[in-house]
Amino acid sequence: MQQPNQQKGIFASILHDDRGGKIFLSVLAVVVVLVSTLNLFVPESAALHVSTYTVTLLGKYLSFALLAIALDLVWGYCGILSLGHGAFFALGGYAMGMYLMRQIGDRGVYGNAELPDFMVFLNWSELPWYWYGFDQFWFAILMVVLAPGLLAFIFGWLTFRSRVTGVYLSILTQALTFALLLAFFRNEMGFGGNNGLTDFKDILGFNLQENSTRVSLFIITALALALGYLVSRYIVTSKLGRVVVAIRDAEDRARFIGYRVEYYKLWVFVFSAILAGIAGALYVPQVGIINPGEFSPLNSIELVVWVAVGGRATLYGAVIGAILVNYSKTFLTGALPEVWLFALGGLFILVTLYLPKGIIGLIEQIKKRKSAAQS
Amino acid sequence: MLQTTQKTQIKVFDTFVANNKKLFHKHPAGNLTVVFLSFFILIFCSLFTPSFAEDKQSNDNSAFAYAVNALNAKSFKAKADAIKIFETINNKQTINTLKALLESRLFYRKSDQLIVITTESENGYHITDAITENKLGEVGKRDIKKIRVNNKLRKQLRGTIAQLSLSNEDTDIRLNAVSEITKILNQDTIDLLRNALEKEKNDAVNELIHLALALWDINSADKNIRLKAISLLGDSLSQEARSKLSKLLDKAEDGTFLLEDAEIRNAAKKALTHIDSQLDFYALIEKIFFGLSLGSVLLLAAIGLAITFGVMGVINMAHGELIMIGAYTTYVVQLLMPDNIALSIFVAIPAAFIVSGLFGIAIERSVIRHLYGRPLETLLATFGVSLVLQQLVRSIFSPLNRSVETPAWMSGSLEINAALSLTYNRLYIVLFSLIVFFALLLILKKTTLGLKVRAVSQNRAMAKAMGTRVEWVDALTFGLGSGIAGVAGVALSQLTNVGPNLGQAYIIDSFMVVVFGGVGNLWGTLVGAMSLGVINKFLEPWAGAVLAKILVLVLIILFIQKRPRGLFPQKGRAAEN
Repeated sequence: MQQPNQQKGIFASILHDDRGGKIFLSVLAVVVVLVSTLNLFVPESAALHVSTYTVTLLGKYLSFALLAIALDLVWGYCGILSLGHGAFFALGGYAMGMYLMRQIGDRGVYGNAELPDFMVFLNWSELPWYWYGFDQFWFAILMVVLAPGLLAFIFGWLTFRSRVTGVYLSILTQALTFALLLAFFRNEMGFGGNNGLTDFKDILGFNLQENSTRVSLFIITALALALGYLVSRYIVTSKLGRVVVAIRDAEDRARFIGYRVEYYKLWVFVFSAILAGIAGALYVPQVGIINPGEFSPLNSIELVVWVAVGGRATLYGAVIGAILVNYSKTFLTGALPEVWLFALGGLFILVTLYLPKGIIGLIEQIKKRKSAAQS
Repeated sequence: MLQTTQKTQIKVFDTFVANNKKLFHKHPAGNLTVVFLSFFILIFCSLFTPSFAEDKQSNDNSAFAYAVNALNAKSFKAKADAIKIFETINNKQTINTLKALLESRLFYRKSDQLIVITTESENGYHITDAITENKLGEVGKRDIKKIRVNNKLRKQLRGTIAQLSLSNEDTDIRLNAVSEITKILNQDTIDLLRNALEKEKNDAVNELIHLALALWDINSADKNIRLKAISLLGDSLSQEARSKLSKLLDKAEDGTFLLEDAEIRNAAKKALTHIDSQLDFYALIEKIFFGLSLGSVLLLAAIGLAITFGVMGVINMAHGELIMIGAYTTYVVQLLMPDNIALSIFVAIPAAFIVSGLFGIAIERSVIRHLYGRPLETLLATFGVSLVLQQLVRSIFSPLNRSVETPAWMSGSLEINAALSLTYNRLYIVLFSLIVFFALLLILKKTTLGLKVRAVSQNRAMAKAMGTRVEWVDALTFGLGSGIAGVAGVALSQLTNVGPNLGQAYIIDSFMVVVFGGVGNLWGTLVGAMSLGVINKFLEPWAGAVLAKILVLVLIILFIQKRPRGLFPQKGRAAEN
């Protein structure tokens, strides 16, 4: 009897004072229910039918939104501008991709039950040791969490301990993802080189091309996003979260008061990397491919602009930014491919110069003006 | 002085007489006249040496013309006599003519029996008058006929060409001749070389002849000569010397040495290890040179950043695109002056400086000036600028790579010895980067602008209070850093293809250099760039190019653990936040 109450208590305390969060979660729930029903139960000929393509596209946006939350956590709340979060996303994606690769089995072009196609193509005779275990789903999920988490831990431990901050840290994170990009492009690395991992067939026995699988993945992504949001929200409203914000605003002062700044930073950084990895793992089965391009510094920096556009340090702002920017990207690269980079570049400049708090900041400003005018 | 002149004159006289003897050997009556005549000419010419030279020239010319026409004789015997005449007229034209004859490129024109040198063309031959060296245009295959030689003549020709080349006045021709002969060593050529050695005064040619003789003597029957040859070859770096020496150490199938004499074997072994250690040494120097040239590229790319980031504290992610604009400026300058590629570089350097500098000032005035003191926002906004510039270039010049031509004076290489040669373009890049570096250092230390830049970066408020136009200085400093980036683009356009992504490849590297060297310190940038270049080149053969780059990045991350402020940290008040 007591436990559900306590559960409710936690939820209530997380969402207490978070009107934006409540709205976001409600909208998310409505969209998910609506989209899945309209896809599954409305016949294709009907006007209201939502195509599977749209479902997958939305699923992709939602996984990006989760990634944006991860970045907002470190940038918005901890002041660490990571230009390498795409690396954690891609690592999670690769871990999932490796599982999906092993699931292909002997259905590949070369029909080798043990080796993925690209290894057969490279004349490899046996599976490299780091591919062991990826035929098990639980192991892959473990790696989705462990690989980005471990990298973030090592990198963060090295940099935070020696008090590398601000711009230096940003450039180092960019160098990190750049180094991984170069490494994953190499065929000898054993991750498919230039082409990456693709041609996935099924996940946990469900065909990836099937409608129901697609919708399920979409729903799972939405659930992960909601859960990610709640956990992140829980962290930032906890005592730990307050210390983290204090570190963002005055790192030296927090240190002098007696907090071990580097541990707090490390904790948030690693958690954020794991979140990004999970987002990547959700992204790969929906898109059907993971290649080294995901490591490119441009991807990571694009991710920064999602958060900046939505508004930092609000979490749901990051979600709005991610969805808005990605929607316009899909639209512009289809309609006017020449314009996309101009638009993205312009967005960077405009947001930093005129919208330092993003769309959410803009809305709040308008509200304040209204209430000021009323009184 | 006087002695040598006399000597040469006597020598000249001898040859002169000999010339004419051969020239007119079919006319014994004229022989005596010629001797007397030439004697008078000689006396006359000892008074006016220059005109004598001219006279010898004209005599040579008539002899040459006679000999060339004689080559078209019916019998091979007559041809052989004609070739003998050539032995006395030693110049480039003779050698060329004989070589043409040897290679069956000497023809006569059927219409007027004119002897011509040919090169094959699409519809026949391009012909050149063998005597006057005038180009006579193109003729069909039927218009001319080959002057035939047999094997005996060929042998004679080879000997004559070798001999003439070996005693030619031009040192380069002699050097070439010796290295040609070294490839076909036999008793005849060795005799030729021994004769040439007696007359040779040039050290470089002497050395080469000694080497060739040693290559021959190494198989001599006399043990002492052999040992001497081995020790001489030990000092040489040539591939032939190495293979000859290692042949001495060849083993039979059962593992015993083919050569029984242990003393010679040991000497050969010693010489070989000496050669190998020399080769290793030069390989090391070459590697360091490669490293330094890569370092210079990094230096050029990073030095503009050292100003905008190091001195002003502005993170300019569009720095790479300013480099790219400099490279495209080079491309445009070459389009504008296609006939003067060699000069275009010198036009492109100031042009790129101005174009990139103006772009830089525009960026500073429109974006960066609103963001001072907010480094993370500056980073994002300038990244936006870089995307816009990339797309701009893509829209104007197409996304394809453009290739910029390299001027002729930049290709080729400086050969220091057989084992070490440095390519000119790398050499120039090293020099150029150092020039740019020191010029920048001078600007910052010795000019009013430099003084103001340093004042503003150290204490902005104070500088303003003293009447410095801070905003103006900001714009100019940023323009300077950007202009230098443009100049780096000119240099890079000579090394790689020019494309919209050119800048992206260098931006991370240049930040690494600045961070590694220490922010706000130009010397740190120099040392940082050069050491990163050398480290990269030393890791490359061991780990491969890509892995080397990754390793360097990891090394920098680890290095920053130990020294968060780089190799040369700033000290004093400026170092405080």
